[in-house]
Amino acid sequence: MDATTGPAIAAVELQSARRAMAPPSRFGDKAFEWLTLLMALGLVVLVILLGWELWRGSSLAVRKFGFHFLTTSTWDPVGEQFGALPFIYGTLVSSLVALLIAVPLSIATAAYLTELAPLWIRQPLVSLIEMLAAIPSVILGLWGIFVMIPWLRDYPFPLLKRLFGWTPFFTGPIYGPSMLAGGIIIAIMILPIITSISREILRSVPNLQREAAYALGATRWEATRIAVLSYAKNGLFGAVILGLGRALGETMAVTMVIGNTPQIAASLFKPGYTLASVIANEFTEATTDMYLQALFEIGLVLFGITILSNLLAQLLLHTMSTTFTTRAVQ
Amino acid sequence: MHSKRADNHTWRTIKSGLASTVAFISALLVIAPLGLVFFHLLVNGASSVNWDFFTKLPTPVGTPGGGMVNAIVGSLELLAFASIIGIPIGVLGGVYLGEYGSARVNSVLRFIADVLNGVPSITWGVVVYGLVVLRFKGFSAYAGGLALGLIMIPLITRTTEEVVLLVPNGYREAALALGVSRWKTIVHIVIKTASRGIITGILLALARVGGETAPLLFTAFGNRFWNHSLSQPIAALPLQIFTYAISPYDDWHRQAWAGALVLVTGIFCVNVLVRILTRGRTASIV
Amino acid sequence: MATPDPTVVERVERAAEPAPTPEPAPASTFQVKNLSVWYGDKRAIDDVTLDVASDAVTAIIGPSGCGKSTFLRCLNRMHELVPKTRVEGTVFLQGEDLYSSDVDPAIVRRRVGMVFQKSNPFPTMSIGENVVIGLRLNGVRSQKFLNERLEKSLRMAALWDEVKDDLHKAGTSLSGGQQQRLCIARALAVEPEVLLMDEPCSALDPIATAKIEELIYELKAHYTIVTVTHNMQQAGRISDYTAFFYLGRLIEFGPTTKIFTNPNERQTEDYITGRFG
Repeated sequence: MDATTGPAIAAVELQSARRAMAPPSRFGDKAFEWLTLLMALGLVVLVILLGWELWRGSSLAVRKFGFHFLTTSTWDPVGEQFGALPFIYGTLVSSLVALLIAVPLSIATAAYLTELAPLWIRQPLVSLIEMLAAIPSVILGLWGIFVMIPWLRDYPFPLLKRLFGWTPFFTGPIYGPSMLAGGIIIAIMILPIITSISREILRSVPNLQREAAYALGATRWEATRIAVLSYAKNGLFGAVILGLGRALGETMAVTMVIGNTPQIAASLFKPGYTLASVIANEFTEATTDMYLQALFEIGLVLFGITILSNLLAQLLLHTMSTTFTTRAVQ
Repeated sequence: MHSKRADNHTWRTIKSGLASTVAFISALLVIAPLGLVFFHLLVNGASSVNWDFFTKLPTPVGTPGGGMVNAIVGSLELLAFASIIGIPIGVLGGVYLGEYGSARVNSVLRFIADVLNGVPSITWGVVVYGLVVLRFKGFSAYAGGLALGLIMIPLITRTTEEVVLLVPNGYREAALALGVSRWKTIVHIVIKTASRGIITGILLALARVGGETAPLLFTAFGNRFWNHSLSQPIAALPLQIFTYAISPYDDWHRQAWAGALVLVTGIFCVNVLVRILTRGRTASIV
Repeated sequence: MATPDPTVVERVERAAEPAPTPEPAPASTFQVKNLSVWYGDKRAIDDVTLDVASDAVTAIIGPSGCGKSTFLRCLNRMHELVPKTRVEGTVFLQGEDLYSSDVDPAIVRRRVGMVFQKSNPFPTMSIGENVVIGLRLNGVRSQKFLNERLEKSLRMAALWDEVKDDLHKAGTSLSGGQQQRLCIARALAVEPEVLLMDEPCSALDPIATAKIEELIYELKAHYTIVTVTHNMQQAGRISDYTAFFYLGRLIEFGPTTKIFTNPNERQTEDYITGRFG
C-alpha cells in the first residue's frame, strides 16, 4: 500500500459523519417492541374470542338441555328437541375408522422414508405427500362422491359384506354414502400429516441408537424396530393424536360422502353424521333461535374435543424434543 | 449343512426384506389417492375448463352453460381482504416471538398458536357468524375475509418466527456494533434477511385458506351474481364447487370438476413457487 | 473534498454528544477502572483496571475462556446483548463514563466500532450498500455524502482498488480476506474513535492475514485499536501494548516488547513460552 491509496490520505475529515448521523431513538425501540408484542398477544385474543363467542352463542341451549345434550339422540328442529349423541357418535366412529386405516400406513411410510428407502426416492416421495396435503377438502369430497363411492359400492363393500357380514359392522344394505366411506376419506386427508410428523420424529432419533443396533448385528428392520420405533414411541403417539385432532374437525369431504343421516348404528355401511357436518349442512337452515343455539353448542363441543386432543398431542410431542416444531403440514 | 444360527439369520434377513416391501407398498398406497384425484380431475374437468368458464356468470338453476368467473374473482377478493388482516398481525407477531420475549412467555404463545392451527376451520366460520353476520344482519365479503384472515394469523406467526430464529446472530451483532438501534436492526437487517422465508410462509398460508370452504359457508355465503359491495354475500371458488357438486344437475357436476381443476392448479402453482423460492435458499446463507 | 456538505453543517446543531470542547485528548483513550462482569452467577471479568493508549494497538491475549472476548465487548457495551449480565466498575472513553445511566449504548457503539471473528457482510446487500449501511440506518440521507464516505472507508480498508468497479456486486461474492476488509470498511464508515477487533484473522489464510495485519499497522496512526488474538506471534508482530488475561483477571499489562521478552509475572512467562495454553 502506498501513501496515495492507504489510510493516511483518506482519514482526513473526522467528526463529519458523526455529526451527520441522527441521534438514536430509544422511543423507536420501545414502540416497536410493544407493537410486535401486541400482535403476538393477538393469539391469546383469538383463543379467548373463539371460546367466548361459542359459549355466548350457545348459552340458552346449554341452559335448556344441560348435560343431556351430549347423551340424547333426538334431533328435532321442529319440536325444538336437540341431542348431539348421533353426531358425537358419528365423529368418533368415522375418526376411529380413519385412524385404523391411516396410522399403520403413515407410520410404515414414515419408517420407509427415514430408514428403509433408497436415498434417491426420498425427496420425490416427500414432495408428493406434501402435494396430497395441499388438496382442499372440498375437492377430495368431489372425487369422493363421483369416483370413490361408486367404486366402493361396486367392489370393496360387497367383498367386505361377503367376508365379514357375520359381524355387526358389515351388515345391511349398501347405499354408498356411509360411515365407512367417511372414515376412508378422512383417512386420505390425515395420511399426510401423520406421515410428515412421524417422519420428523423418526429423524430426530439420534443416530447413536441406530448405530448401536447395527453394531450388534441387527438387520435393517430389526434396527428400525428396536432402536428407532420404540425410542420414538411417545412422539409417534403424539403424531397419531394430532391426526385424530385433524380427523375430528374434518368437514367438507366427510359431509359429501357420509350420508348425513343422524343415526346410531353398528353397521359401517349405514350413513352417519358428524358434528362438523351437521353445522355445515344446517347452519344456514336454522330457522329458530334455539336451533341456531343448538348448532352453536355443537360447535362448542367440537371445539372442546379438538382442543383436548391437540393439547394432548402437543404435550406428547414436546416430551420427545423441546425444540420440536409442529408447523409441518397442517 | 445349515446351522441353526445361519437359518435364523436367513429368516431375519427375509423378515427385514418383507418389512421393507410392506413399507414400500404403504408409501405407494399413501400417494395413490394423489394420482387418482389428479387423474379424475383431468379426465372430468379438463374439457370444461374453457373460455366460458373463466368469463361467464352462473346460469339460472337447471339451465346448462355459464361459468364461474364471479367465484374466481370472489376468491381473490376474499384472499386480499384476509391478507390485510392476516399478514401484518402474523408477521409482526412472529417477529416478536423470534426477537423478543422470554423463554416462558414465548413457549406459551407458541403453544397457543399450534393449538389454534389445529382448530377446525368451520369453527372460525361459526365464530365470525356470531361476531359479524348476526351483528350486521347479513352475509358479507367482510365476514368471509375476516374468517380466512383469522385462520392465517397463527399460521403466519409460526412460519415467521421460525425463519427469524434462523437468521444468524452475527448479522444482528454487526448491525448493533455500528450503533444502529435495535428496532432498525430488526426491520432492516433481520427481516430483510429473512424476507424470503417470510414470503414463502405467507404464500403457503394463502394456498391453504384459498381452498377452504367450511369457514365461508355462512360468512361469505356465496353469490350467483357479481358482488358489488363488500357488505354483500360473495361467491368463492371452493364454495361454488361444493354447491354444484351436491346438486342434482349433471351440467353443474361437470362445472364442479372444472372448478376443482382450476382451484387445484392455482394451489399447486403457489406450492411450486414456494419450492422454487426455498431451493435458492439452501444456496445462500440463511 | 473540502467543500462542506450543507446537510452536515445543519446537523452540527443536532450533535448527539455534548459540544466538543477543544481539549487535548488524553494520552490514553480508554480508562478501565475496576471492571467486573457477571453472566448470571458466574464471574467472567474480575476487577480489571488498565489504560488503553491512543493511536496504538493493544493486544489482549490469554488461553480459551479467560475472558478476552468478554472484556473486549465491555468496551463497546456489546456484552449487554447477553441476558442477565451485571457490571461493576466502569469504562471511560475520552473522559466520559460509558456506563453512566444517561448514555445510550448505541452512541457508544458509534464511537467504538467492532470487527468480528467471522466476517459477516449483510447477505442481502451489495458491497457498496454494506459499507454505508451504518450511516444510512443512522439517519444520513445525503447520497453525495454517502458516496464520499463509501470511497473513503474502502480506501481506509485498503479495498477500494479491488472493488471500485464492482460496488453493486453482492457483499458475499468476495473472498474471505476481502470480506473481512469490507467489514472493517463498514465499521470505519461511521467514524469511530476506536476499533475493536475480535480475532479478526483467525478464519483467514496466511496471505489474507498478512494483508489485515498490514492494514492494522496503517490504521493505528488514526485510530486506537484493541484486538483480541489467540495467536501470540500475531500479538508480538502487530501490537504496541499487550494485556494478558487468565481466568477473568488481568495478570499483566505493558509494552509488548517487555511482555514478550521480560515479563514481570511468572504466569505470563509460562503462557508466552507455551508451558500452558
